[in-house]
Amino acid sequence: MGKIKVVHYINQFFAGIGGEEKADFKPEVREEVIGPGMALNAGFKGEAEIVATIICGDSYFGENMDEAKAKVLEMVKEYDPDLFIAGPAFNAGRYGVACGTITEAVQNELGIPAMTGMYVENPGADMFKKDVYIVSTRNSAAGMRDAVKKMAPLALKIAKGEEIGSPDEDNYIPRGIRKNFFTDKRGSQRAVEMLLKKIRGEEFETEFEMPDFDRVEPGKAIEDLSKATIAIVTSGGIVPFGNPDHIESSSASKYGKYDIEGVDDLVEGEWETAHGGHDPVYANIDADRVIPVDTLRQLEKEGKIGKLHRYFYSTVGNGTAVASAKGFAAEFSKELVEDGVDAVILTST
Amino acid sequence: MRLELGQVLIKDVQFGEDTKIDNGVLYVNKEELIALIKEDEHLEEVDVDIARPGESVRITPVKDVVEPRVKVEGPGGVFPGILSKVDVVGSGKTNVLKGCAVMTTGKIVGFQEGIVDMTGPGADYSPFSKTVNLVLTCEPVEGLKQHDHEKAVRFAGFKAAAYVAEAAKELTPDTVEVYEIDTLLEGVKKYPELPKVGYVQMLQTQGLLHDTYVYGVDAKEIVPTIMYPTETMDGAIVSGNCVSACDKNTTYHQMNNPVIQDLLAVHGKELNFVGVIITNENVYLADKERSSNWTAKLAEYLGLDAVIISQEGFGNPDTDLIMNCKKIEQKGIKTVIITDEYAGRDGASQPLADADPLANAVVTGGNANEVIELPAMDKVIGHTEFIDIIAGGFDGSLHEDGSITVELQAITGATNEIGFNKMSARGF
Repeated sequence: MGKIKVVHYINQFFAGIGGEEKADFKPEVREEVIGPGMALNAGFKGEAEIVATIICGDSYFGENMDEAKAKVLEMVKEYDPDLFIAGPAFNAGRYGVACGTITEAVQNELGIPAMTGMYVENPGADMFKKDVYIVSTRNSAAGMRDAVKKMAPLALKIAKGEEIGSPDEDNYIPRGIRKNFFTDKRGSQRAVEMLLKKIRGEEFETEFEMPDFDRVEPGKAIEDLSKATIAIVTSGGIVPFGNPDHIESSSASKYGKYDIEGVDDLVEGEWETAHGGHDPVYANIDADRVIPVDTLRQLEKEGKIGKLHRYFYSTVGNGTAVASAKGFAAEFSKELVEDGVDAVILTST
Repeated sequence: MRLELGQVLIKDVQFGEDTKIDNGVLYVNKEELIALIKEDEHLEEVDVDIARPGESVRITPVKDVVEPRVKVEGPGGVFPGILSKVDVVGSGKTNVLKGCAVMTTGKIVGFQEGIVDMTGPGADYSPFSKTVNLVLTCEPVEGLKQHDHEKAVRFAGFKAAAYVAEAAKELTPDTVEVYEIDTLLEGVKKYPELPKVGYVQMLQTQGLLHDTYVYGVDAKEIVPTIMYPTETMDGAIVSGNCVSACDKNTTYHQMNNPVIQDLLAVHGKELNFVGVIITNENVYLADKERSSNWTAKLAEYLGLDAVIISQEGFGNPDTDLIMNCKKIEQKGIKTVIITDEYAGRDGASQPLADADPLANAVVTGGNANEVIELPAMDKVIGHTEFIDIIAGGFDGSLHEDGSITVELQAITGATNEIGFNKMSARGF
């Protein structure tokens, strides 16, 4: 294999074109190694080589995102590189966002291995750390040497398709992807040691950082229920008997949409739960306990609610990834809106 | 309270004419054992098999795993309130058949749970791939209601364990572990300099196949209470749950609680292990609030400086876990929590259903959604036809050649939350 061909992306400042007054500089490609590229090239130790440098002003990129991105992608494509590197952007916010945006696009739209580097508090880091490898750098260009020392080896690994180590081993900002591994101590022992450190006020490392929890504001109250169309959505796993869509008993990969036109009561033997995380006996005897179709029909007859929506949506919440649940809801919420549903009763188990 | 736990090392289990232990081999009279288990009118058919580490054997669905133990000296008997009278246990002498286990399988109810492979990649994840297992396949009489069925199979495991353990009653154990715990006030006087540490053990109590029993009482019906650390070593807490088998505590786990063992290992040296607070994980909000209020109250009342909190299960109990952690931290008592994760098959999703910044010291048993390929085994004990619908399985999990693609959550004990295993997870 010959040398790994690299295209490098930098902003107008690191290209030596100018500061804020030149931030509207339009994308331009030069077949040379410029600024931080010199140090990167040296860091590759002959294994890789920068064949072109793309320069773009930060304001230009930020204000003309689609256009700038398309233009840069076109330039990258022309060189058909084995690797794309952007930055490092340190704590420069617009530059960081540009680096993240373009790295993600090169990786996902062109399928070319790509990476960037920036300070962990750069807004670009939060936006893109899940999508691309971002080497964790210091907050200013004074950290250039350190940044390059970390970026060059990871870049080579990415280009060669080698297995990437942990964030600590390979110096990137954690992407939030959880992977199992075996340690040399059982969990209880790790807990006792962590507790002793915590008691003594020593530094300890949690094995799992608490996530920023996604809390949803309740919607506005319905002013006139007697005119409202109400739908049922459940994570309690109620399905027609036999579970025709084979919704999993845990870690569901799908949801079902079921017609309850003319159904006044969910009776045993016609409906059941697919959920494996609760005692199914009572749900199977009377599925209305999980989704109150009988009560809603009654309220419909009494005119207290306008209408019970013809379909209900159901999945299994048990062990189901939040990302999957969000995906299901994003899809069927559109249908609910299109069908003129005013409110949803969400039940869980 | 002082307990001497004698370990009778078992190298192998074989069928024989008499049930006895000879030279590290447990011989079992199969017919006698089957006759004993079949005394329960709810069980139509009972078979017994042996599965050894390294053999090409798959056991599924696994309902429970029990370690055979027998009381040699001192008050009460093993499994108080269940097989023995309700004396307080945890003192005197108990003999353990170390290295073997009784396992129960057969059609259970609803969602069939748990896989244990005795060899191959799956064997790295279950502690019961390393024990010689005496496996009971129990099939119910027709028309048996699910709750009765669960109870019959649960009791079958305890009875079989007690039956074989009797063979160790007169034996001199190979090794003896001695555990000694002072009363609260004596301990504090004895170790004035040491931090007072407790263990908050959360018990799974969400209904059928999600229940736990304490001295025979359904733990749904308890309010949090205090126990000596040695009581569980005599089977004071037993399992009635196996759904999403990766993070449920079998009775074997309860008898060998590693948090208790590891706290006792440093008791009197680095900390003063004051006791165990047990609590439940009921599904009603009022129960969650009451129980977490009480764990915090008891931790405060005992004058604890710090606690380890272990969870059982996931999702709904994440709420109980965070409530316990938050309320105890708010009393100024430091916590470490042990949990596991459901971060999606790709590991990219939010892994817990509840979170709080006060939970800043976490030990994880790993991501239960991670997928594993289990090759076909030469022999199956139990039933594989349910693989597609067990928790962790999906449409097409069971392949024609007998191999299985499942999430780790299907493997018994894989992501255990009392810290039984060496597995963890980290962010990439």
